[in-house]
Amino acid sequence: MTDAVSRLRYRCQLNQGADERREETHPLTWRLNDDGRPVFHKEYVEKDGYAAVRQALNELTGAQVIDAMKTANVRGRGGAGFSAGVKWGLTLQGEGMPRGYIVCNADEMEPGTFKDRLLMEQIPHLLIEGMILAAYANNARYGYIFLRGEYIEAARSITRALDEAREAGWLGADIAGSGFDFDIALHTGAGRYICGEETALINSLEGKRANPRAKPPFPGQSGAWGKPTAVNNVETLCNAPAVIRHGAEWYQALSGDLSDDGGTKLYGVSGRVKRTGLWELPIGTPGTELLDRAGGIRDGQQLKAWLPGGGSTGFLLPEHLELALDFDTIGQAGSRMGTGLLTVVTDQQSIVSLMRNLEAFFSRESCGWCTPCREGLPWTVKLLQALERGEGERGDIEMLDQLAIGLGPGRTFCAHAPGAAMPLSSALHYFRHEFEQGVRHETGPAHADPIPVGEV
Amino acid sequence: METAQTIASDGFVIEAADREAILHERDHYEEPQAACIEALKIVQRRHGWVPDGAIPVIAGLLGVSPASVEGVATFYSLIFRQPVGRHVILVCDSSSCFLMDYEALRDALTEKLGIQFGQTTPDGRFTLLPVCCLGACDRGPAVMIDDDTFGPVQPDDLDTLLEAYA
Repeated sequence: MTDAVSRLRYRCQLNQGADERREETHPLTWRLNDDGRPVFHKEYVEKDGYAAVRQALNELTGAQVIDAMKTANVRGRGGAGFSAGVKWGLTLQGEGMPRGYIVCNADEMEPGTFKDRLLMEQIPHLLIEGMILAAYANNARYGYIFLRGEYIEAARSITRALDEAREAGWLGADIAGSGFDFDIALHTGAGRYICGEETALINSLEGKRANPRAKPPFPGQSGAWGKPTAVNNVETLCNAPAVIRHGAEWYQALSGDLSDDGGTKLYGVSGRVKRTGLWELPIGTPGTELLDRAGGIRDGQQLKAWLPGGGSTGFLLPEHLELALDFDTIGQAGSRMGTGLLTVVTDQQSIVSLMRNLEAFFSRESCGWCTPCREGLPWTVKLLQALERGEGERGDIEMLDQLAIGLGPGRTFCAHAPGAAMPLSSALHYFRHEFEQGVRHETGPAHADPIPVGEV
Repeated sequence: METAQTIASDGFVIEAADREAILHERDHYEEPQAACIEALKIVQRRHGWVPDGAIPVIAGLLGVSPASVEGVATFYSLIFRQPVGRHVILVCDSSSCFLMDYEALRDALTEKLGIQFGQTTPDGRFTLLPVCCLGACDRGPAVMIDDDTFGPVQPDDLDTLLEAYA
C-alpha cells in the first residue's frame, strides 16, 4: 500500500493524551497508548490487568459482583441505559438451572457511533476481563463476542487477546485458581443493523435470520439455545473490572454531582466540527463541554440541531447543550442519550434531507417481520423524498405525523421502528417550517408521477 | 446428509480445507445451525461469492435444510448470492457520512466506475455497495474496500485509492 493510500486509511483514536488519563478518573482508557498501539496481554497485566478477575473469583460471590454493579449504577452503554446489575440479577441461575451464556453485543452499527471500535481494537483484554466477571456473576458457561463483520481490525485484536488470555489461564478451566471455568469465542456477523437488537442478535448467533424474538421470555430467562443469557454492550462490560477493582462507591462518585448515573462515558462528536473524535468523560458531562472539546462548528457555520446518541435518538436544539448527557436528563428533554456520540447538524444542512437519509437507512435495515415497520418506513421515505424535492402536497406532513405515531413504541415487534420514529417526530416538532417548504402543490406531481414502490 | 444428496449441488465441490474449517466452527456452538453464517463466509472467502451449489453442501455439513441455509444467505447483506468483482467497495451511506458530503463521493464513484450500487464493473474489478454506518464517523465520508477502511475520502482521492486495488 502506497503512502498516499496509507494516508487515507481510517485510524481509530482517542482525543485525550496520556497526561489527562488517570487510573482514578478514566477507568476505560487510562491504559491506552497515545500512539494507538493496542494494549496486549503483557502490558495489560503490567497495568493492573486481570486483577479484578483474580479478586472477584477468589474473594467475592457472584451475587456480590451483581450488587457492586447495581450500586455503581452502571447503565447499559449500548443505548438503552438499563442497569447492568439489575439485568444480571434477573438471569436465572441456581439449582436445576443449566449454566448459560454471556453475549457481548459488539455489533456497533448505530449511525454516528464509533466508540466500541476503540475499546476492542486497542484494549481487547479489558472486554475479556469484563466478560469473565459477567460470566462469574451470571454463572455462565461460555461467552460470545458478536462482532460486526466489517470490524476487521477489532477481530484481529480480539483473536490475539483471546489466545493470550487462554494461554495465561484467564480463560478455560479453573481460572486464577478459583475453580471457575469459562471460555469465549469470537462470532463475526455478516451485516444488517437489526443484529444489534438483543433478541435478533441471539437468533443471528444461532445461525438464523436476525428477526427479533418476542419478549417475554427475556434472554435472562431463555436466550441462546433456550439457556439463560446476558447480552451486554462492549462499553458496559468494559466498566465491570474497574467497579470490582476500586469499588462501587468510587465508580459512582466518578460522575460527582453531574449525574445519578455512575462512572464515565466514551462520548464523541461527528459532523462539521473542527475536531471530531472520542473523549472519556464523567457521565453527565454537558454537551457544551463536548462541543468545546470538538473546537466548535467549522467552516463558519452555526449549530442548528444535534442527535445525542445515534440515528435512533431525537433531535435536540443548541439550547439543550447545557443539559447533562445522561440517560434520565436527555430522556426528560424528549430524546434519548443512546450511545452518547453526538451528531451535529449545521444551519447550512437540511433537516428534511437528513431525515430522508435516516429513514432510508431504517427502511433498508428493517427485517420485515412486522407490518408497521416493513410498510411504514418505505412510505415515510417516499413522503420525505417528495418534500425534499419540493414536490410535497397538502396532507404529507400530517401523514408523517401519523407515521411517527404508528411506528412508535408499543406498536411494533421490536425497537427498530420506534428508533426511526423518534428523530422523525422531533424533526417535525422543531423544524416543521423546513418540511412545510417542501409542500409546493395542493395535489402535486407526487401523485401524477409517484415514486415506484421498492425504489427507496 | 440426505438433503445434500437430494438437492442438486451443480457439481459444486467444497475444498477439503473449507470443509474442515466449517466442521471446526460447528464445534463452537450448542447447535450446528449456528455455524451457518460462518460457513457461508468461508465459502465466500474462497469463491468471492456463494454459488448455488454450495447451499445444499453447507446444509449437508451442518445437518440442516438447504432452505434454512438459503434463508440465512439471502438475509445478510455481506453474503453475496451472485458473483461480485475482485474487490468490493462498501460506501457508508449513514447519517454522519451523509452530513460530510457522502452523496458527492457516491456520485464521483458511480461516475468513475460507470456502475450504480449493486453492480459490478464490466472488467470484473469492482462491485459497489452501500453499507450501514462503518463506525468511522469521526473521519467521514468513509468507505471500505475489501478489508480496509478509509476516511475521510474526497472525490479527488479516488484515483489514488482505486489504483491500489488491481
